[in-house]
Amino acid sequence: MWIDPSIPVARALVTHGHADHARGGHGSVWATPETLAIMALRYGTDMGTPVAYGDGMDERGVRISFHPAGHVLGSAQILLEHAGERVVVTGDYKRRADPTCAPFEPVPCDIFITEATFGLPVFTHPPIEEEMAKLLDGRGANPDGCVLVGAYALGKAQRVIAELRRAGYDEPIFLHGAMQRMCELYAGHGIDLGELIVATGLPKAAMRGGIVVAPPSALNDRWTRRLPDPVTAMASGWMRVRQRARQKNVELPLVISDHADWTELTSTLSELRPTETWITHGRTDALQRWCELHQMKARALDLVGREDEDEG
Amino acid sequence: MERFAELLDNLVYTRSRDRKIALIAGYLRETPDPDRGWALAALAGTLSIATVKNNAIRNMADERFDPALFRMSRDYVGDTAETVALMWDQLPHVDSGGSPKLGEVIELLNNASRARAPSLLAELMDRLDAKGRFALLKLASGGLRVGISARLAKTAFAQAFDKQVDDVEEVWHALRPPYAELFAWGEGRSERPDPAESAFFRPFMLAHPLDDGSVDLADFAAEWKWDGIRIQIAATDREVRLFSRGGDEVTGAFPEIAEAFSGIGVLDGELLVRGEVQGGEAASFNALQQRLGRKTVTAAMQAEYPVFVRLYDILFDHAEDLRGLPWSARRDRLEHFAARLDPARFDLSTIIDARDFEHLGEIRAGSREAAIEGVMLKRKDSPYVAGRRVGLWYKWKREPLVADCVMMYAQRGSGKRSSYYSDYTFGCWADDGTLLPVGKAYSGFSDEELKWLDRFVRNNTVARFGPVREVEKSLVLEVAFDAVHESKRHKSGIAMRFPRISRLRRDKPAEEADMVETLRGMIG
Repeated sequence: MWIDPSIPVARALVTHGHADHARGGHGSVWATPETLAIMALRYGTDMGTPVAYGDGMDERGVRISFHPAGHVLGSAQILLEHAGERVVVTGDYKRRADPTCAPFEPVPCDIFITEATFGLPVFTHPPIEEEMAKLLDGRGANPDGCVLVGAYALGKAQRVIAELRRAGYDEPIFLHGAMQRMCELYAGHGIDLGELIVATGLPKAAMRGGIVVAPPSALNDRWTRRLPDPVTAMASGWMRVRQRARQKNVELPLVISDHADWTELTSTLSELRPTETWITHGRTDALQRWCELHQMKARALDLVGREDEDEG
Repeated sequence: MERFAELLDNLVYTRSRDRKIALIAGYLRETPDPDRGWALAALAGTLSIATVKNNAIRNMADERFDPALFRMSRDYVGDTAETVALMWDQLPHVDSGGSPKLGEVIELLNNASRARAPSLLAELMDRLDAKGRFALLKLASGGLRVGISARLAKTAFAQAFDKQVDDVEEVWHALRPPYAELFAWGEGRSERPDPAESAFFRPFMLAHPLDDGSVDLADFAAEWKWDGIRIQIAATDREVRLFSRGGDEVTGAFPEIAEAFSGIGVLDGELLVRGEVQGGEAASFNALQQRLGRKTVTAAMQAEYPVFVRLYDILFDHAEDLRGLPWSARRDRLEHFAARLDPARFDLSTIIDARDFEHLGEIRAGSREAAIEGVMLKRKDSPYVAGRRVGLWYKWKREPLVADCVMMYAQRGSGKRSSYYSDYTFGCWADDGTLLPVGKAYSGFSDEELKWLDRFVRNNTVARFGPVREVEKSLVLEVAFDAVHESKRHKSGIAMRFPRISRLRRDKPAEEADMVETLRGMIG
């Protein structure tokens, strides 16, 4: 039974479409229909076996079911039940509201296999409304230029756009070409992103006073030379730490994350009170320490190949 | 406090000097007294809160957080104050009267006893958000570290209220935080405050480069151009203060100069270190560097790197403003003034005796003394005017040294250049056939050349180390520099002064670049 394997296997259960969880080359894939669509877009893989939230199947005596993780479109926790024992694999998750995906569903279990990307008590993600206000203020303060927002191409970008719309911003939003197809996929799943225009080939003047969304890797790249006097923003949980933002040459840090912050990680553990907690990736030592302080059994799995920082 | 915290936060993320000034100016205009005055003091470095010591912050953390979790967090964040400010969100929320004003915070802290300070600090923390807590801890521990100098803060004040920064400078040291009189003047509610007997900074007169021109030595006097730091000594009968070229006070870094000075007036000169190997003459800039950037200085440093000032101009003799006099008259007054000063700490910049311009050229070419950068030419009838004025003062640097070096690493620039690889580390050949880095430069090339260099870096990258790219060792850069010094910090054992790219030698094979030994032979 493979979940999010980092090497090609005959059959993989995949929690969500990010590259460190979903890889190409598997014999067959079981995932939510949304995740399968994302994998098809990214890897050109054939559709695998879709499993809707709440649905499940039996496999060699193990009951497998998928439950919303609230991370990105289609993201799921996977519940395995066998002989009365319940194991939940979270993949990546968050507890905050997100207009682009189904909310996290707490699933009672004996063994809780969790992420810990932001597993340090310094990480408290502020309400997203505050960060959107910062972004819109930044745009207002730079009417002759533009605000360039770095956001991971799957999930973060669409969430930022959807939240801008929710905040009442109805101007066209400009996109780096690499994000276009993922945004179309989201729109095809009924997520309203409003009018999006690809920035490539546009004259500078067309983007003055606008908001441009690009993958983090493009922020300091030659690509930005086409933009009118951009203020560089970055949407990431890492932006909570000043030095991190400065290292990345960010002028307008937006603390927006699709991962659980410290409060969400610890309150989820308090809520579920699993017999055992296994920590797959992130700041495993601190979360383990917290479990120890709260008389909860925990161990770190130290999985390789996880945690792409751009994804935070 | 919220507005001040926001200002600090914005300053952290802003790199452009103009934008920083605009941010501070906006804050100063919009914020009421006394908050803005305290903020100005905090930015200019004139605020001190005596009751809070650095370990008070550590103790506050130890009392509240699990030590292991705190250590892991501190290791990740890299800054104690920021770690505490961020972790505070994990504490049970206490509703304790809303965000305090900056003025209230300062008053409370200043009036608190040493014993009461830690608990007071904690109470204030409870009333603030993460940004506010960070600002509070930075204020309390006395180091804002947001890249603002005192001069920049004064410039921002001047911009906010449409004043001349020199007028601000003149009254600054006579005033104390929270600077109510200063803001009253700024807003036109009162006359300019009386500068009283305080010593303050006057802007320096600066020189233009003499590129290919020449001057008539009948009209111009020649002096050596010393490779130290420009310094202004301002003395009243109450105090002596030293100012750097930017107008920032540096008295604390060179207390022996201020102590040794006697008399009243304002003088202009070059601060230098006396070197043993130079037979008591001025040592290279390298030696002086050990004394720079310090707020205070130990007795050992003072003994190891003894400083003195080589005087070359006088702006005021007592209260008499000499700036309108011709240079030759000021020079007489300077010689007269300097005769009374301690010769161990003050001497006069000598006038070079040259028959004519050609002769001066020969003298200049023959000088390879460690602390000489070239020659200064000063019009004998020129008054002392602030800034750079055409035709009055020229600097005629000695011909730069050049070497052919090989590009080794490249890094992105900042600001407008952040999408270009514009900072280059280059090396020369060691005896064993390896390349050793000898310097780093980010200027000297045209915009066209920069585009070409950027493309070269991208197409010839062999490895990446975070923001740094290692490139194929194939491009020869002709590097111009003013001098070479011995350096223990570099593997090559040498360091260049003012290196810049003078030419791209795309025609030259890398094997034919210079040897480290050749550079070593140029040590002055």
